[in-house]
Amino acid sequence: MIVQPVLVTAAALFSLGIYGILVRRNAVMVLLSIELILNAVNINFIIFDSMLADSLMQGQIFTIFIITIAAAEVGIGLAIVLMLFRNRQTANINEFDLMKW
Amino acid sequence: MVKFDANLLAETELVYTDGGILAEFSWSLVVLPFVAALLITFIGKYLPYKGAEIALGTIALIFIYSVSLMFIHITEGVASEFFVNVGSIGQFDIEFGWVVDGLSIMMYFVVGTVALLVFIYATNYMEGEIRYTFFFTSLTLFAGSMLVLVSSPTLIQILIGWELVGVCSYLLIGHYWEKKDNSSAAMKAFITNKIADIGLMIGIIILALNTGTLRISEILYQSTHDYEKLSKVAFAAAILLFIGAMGKSAQFPLHVWLPDAMAGPTPVSALMHAATMVTAGVYLLARMFPFYKSMAPEALDIVMLFGVITLLGAGLIAIVQDDLKKVLAYSTVSQLGYMVAAIGSGAYTAALFHLWTHAFFKALLFLGAGSVIHAVHSNSMLEMGGLRKVMPKTFTTFIIGTVALAGLPPFAGFFSKDEILASFNHEGETTFFFIAVLGAFITAFYMTRAVSLTFLGEYRGHGHPHESHNMMTTPLLTLAVFAIASGWVNIPGVYTGFTDWVTTRKTKIVEYHPESFDLFALSSGLIAGLLGIGLGYYLYQLQGSAETGDDKIKIQPVWTVLENKYYLDHFYFRFIIDPIKINISKAVDKFNTNVIDRFINGVGQIASLLGGIVYNNLDQNGIDRFLNMSSSGTDSFGGRVKLLQTGRTQQYLMLFLGGVVTISLLILFII
Repeated sequence: MIVQPVLVTAAALFSLGIYGILVRRNAVMVLLSIELILNAVNINFIIFDSMLADSLMQGQIFTIFIITIAAAEVGIGLAIVLMLFRNRQTANINEFDLMKW
Repeated sequence: MVKFDANLLAETELVYTDGGILAEFSWSLVVLPFVAALLITFIGKYLPYKGAEIALGTIALIFIYSVSLMFIHITEGVASEFFVNVGSIGQFDIEFGWVVDGLSIMMYFVVGTVALLVFIYATNYMEGEIRYTFFFTSLTLFAGSMLVLVSSPTLIQILIGWELVGVCSYLLIGHYWEKKDNSSAAMKAFITNKIADIGLMIGIIILALNTGTLRISEILYQSTHDYEKLSKVAFAAAILLFIGAMGKSAQFPLHVWLPDAMAGPTPVSALMHAATMVTAGVYLLARMFPFYKSMAPEALDIVMLFGVITLLGAGLIAIVQDDLKKVLAYSTVSQLGYMVAAIGSGAYTAALFHLWTHAFFKALLFLGAGSVIHAVHSNSMLEMGGLRKVMPKTFTTFIIGTVALAGLPPFAGFFSKDEILASFNHEGETTFFFIAVLGAFITAFYMTRAVSLTFLGEYRGHGHPHESHNMMTTPLLTLAVFAIASGWVNIPGVYTGFTDWVTTRKTKIVEYHPESFDLFALSSGLIAGLLGIGLGYYLYQLQGSAETGDDKIKIQPVWTVLENKYYLDHFYFRFIIDPIKINISKAVDKFNTNVIDRFINGVGQIASLLGGIVYNNLDQNGIDRFLNMSSSGTDSFGGRVKLLQTGRTQQYLMLFLGGVVTISLLILFII
């Protein structure tokens, strides 16, 4: 089985996600970047699972868990962004400094 | 006197029972009064009878318990002891416990009976008096302390009971401490006893060090079986123990506290003189009797000498007293002299028999005197007279007590006094025998005088006295029955149960005991008693002294000497108390102000100075500055560091990522 290209794809996806998180100013885009990172991890799980031919299929089961959690997380995240937008009329992440000293 | 009697080696061949469960639980006799005293102290005031009901209930339980003990003792004969180890000092086991044998059961019975009647009497007598509840606390403690003492199987417990009795007597004598006289009387009793206690304490230490044990039965066993071991110290120990007994049992010259102790309320006097305090010394001598008899017969001679001096000296003073209670007080001292002299002559049973009968009739006399004093509001016999008409019950019972004390048959005092006289006669102590007979004459005389001045003739006081409440006369009537009948338990040749009771002990008692009446002693005692009563009646009735209340037979200067109590108090003040007060106390005071106080003040000033230096330099400049600086340092540091907290998530993430990358690179290239 050819693992390398898939891992490289996953790494690229992960880096893309990190970049998105650090650079994008729009909160929705940041959330999307987080999804990218999670999916990169999912790909890693899947490929290593099939490579190791795990009889319990732990990697795939884990992936399903992550997808579920990601869905929930995005639900909450979008709700927060929505509320922030309603209150401040902006989705620019630099404007949100509630955690400032 | 033989130095070491081979007879004493005989083991006790009699088989006694251990008393079963009743003896095993006799500790409750001792514990109950202390629990009751605590209860009275804390909840007594909130009860309907102000705590008197707890005291009465407790003492009634003790009475019932002692009667049951007496019952099994008479039927079976009990001699057992129980120990509880509470620790050890060096080689000595410190043990408490309770001894249940003839001697202690007799004492339980006396304490239980007399205390019960006195308590009943006191509930009425003390009604409306100051510190009523506290009075019952102390009275219960007093009875309890005496039970600690008489139940003691070890010398250490005897010492504890001894001191407790002293403290309680101090509290009770000084019950009306607002008056200076009363508090000084309490102080006098306490200090006089304390001086004697030193003798007891040293005696106990000597005995313990030489026998290696504190158990009395063990010491008595050694003193009857191992002559060599104790022979060197026996005399000293015996005398020191006797000095202790002299204090509590008021023997010349340490008797001075007892007449002053009349400052306490009358029920206290009755309890103290009959059951709980003055019998302690006689009890101690009786408890240690085998030791005296086998190891220190010379000491017994000295004991006897002091007893005889006391019985004569105190009897003479009693003649000149005008205070009814003081007559009885000196009479007690005199009767205690009989008991101690009897022990000294080796008549163990006779002494305890006199203690037994005396407890009942002297309690009766004191309670009778209390009844009179309650009615006329005065202690002085010069303000009494003619009370037989208005106080018939008190008069009748007082007469019974008087006759019992004067020693006329068939009243109690006759049998016990006769037994003492008989043993004097048997021992060949002719001089002492005649002094004791003279004492009997004096006893009868002063009691007749007291009765004449108090009850006969015409009333000389103020107001209208009337008979006391039933709560007071019932104990009088009960005690009158005892004063008549308590002597019948030991009639030579007829029934000698009492001898068997008190000689039922772990250690065999070797003593002379008359098989039948000693007719010489009997007739001398009886004639002396009758003569005393006759002379008293002649002088105070027929000559009319009772009408006016003044003594027609005053013979100067003998009277002056007697009225001043042989100047013994003057002597003590002149040569002991004043020198201590003037020289030593002053010197100590001076030493105190000039040396100790100055030293203490100096220490204080230095400490304050040092404190100032420490405060200014170490505290303010050192510790405080350090603390302040560290806090302000933290503050300014935090002020700068907080700027990092921008609240921008992306910045944090960037830093986080930078950290991850740095660590990864470090791991990759360095490790």
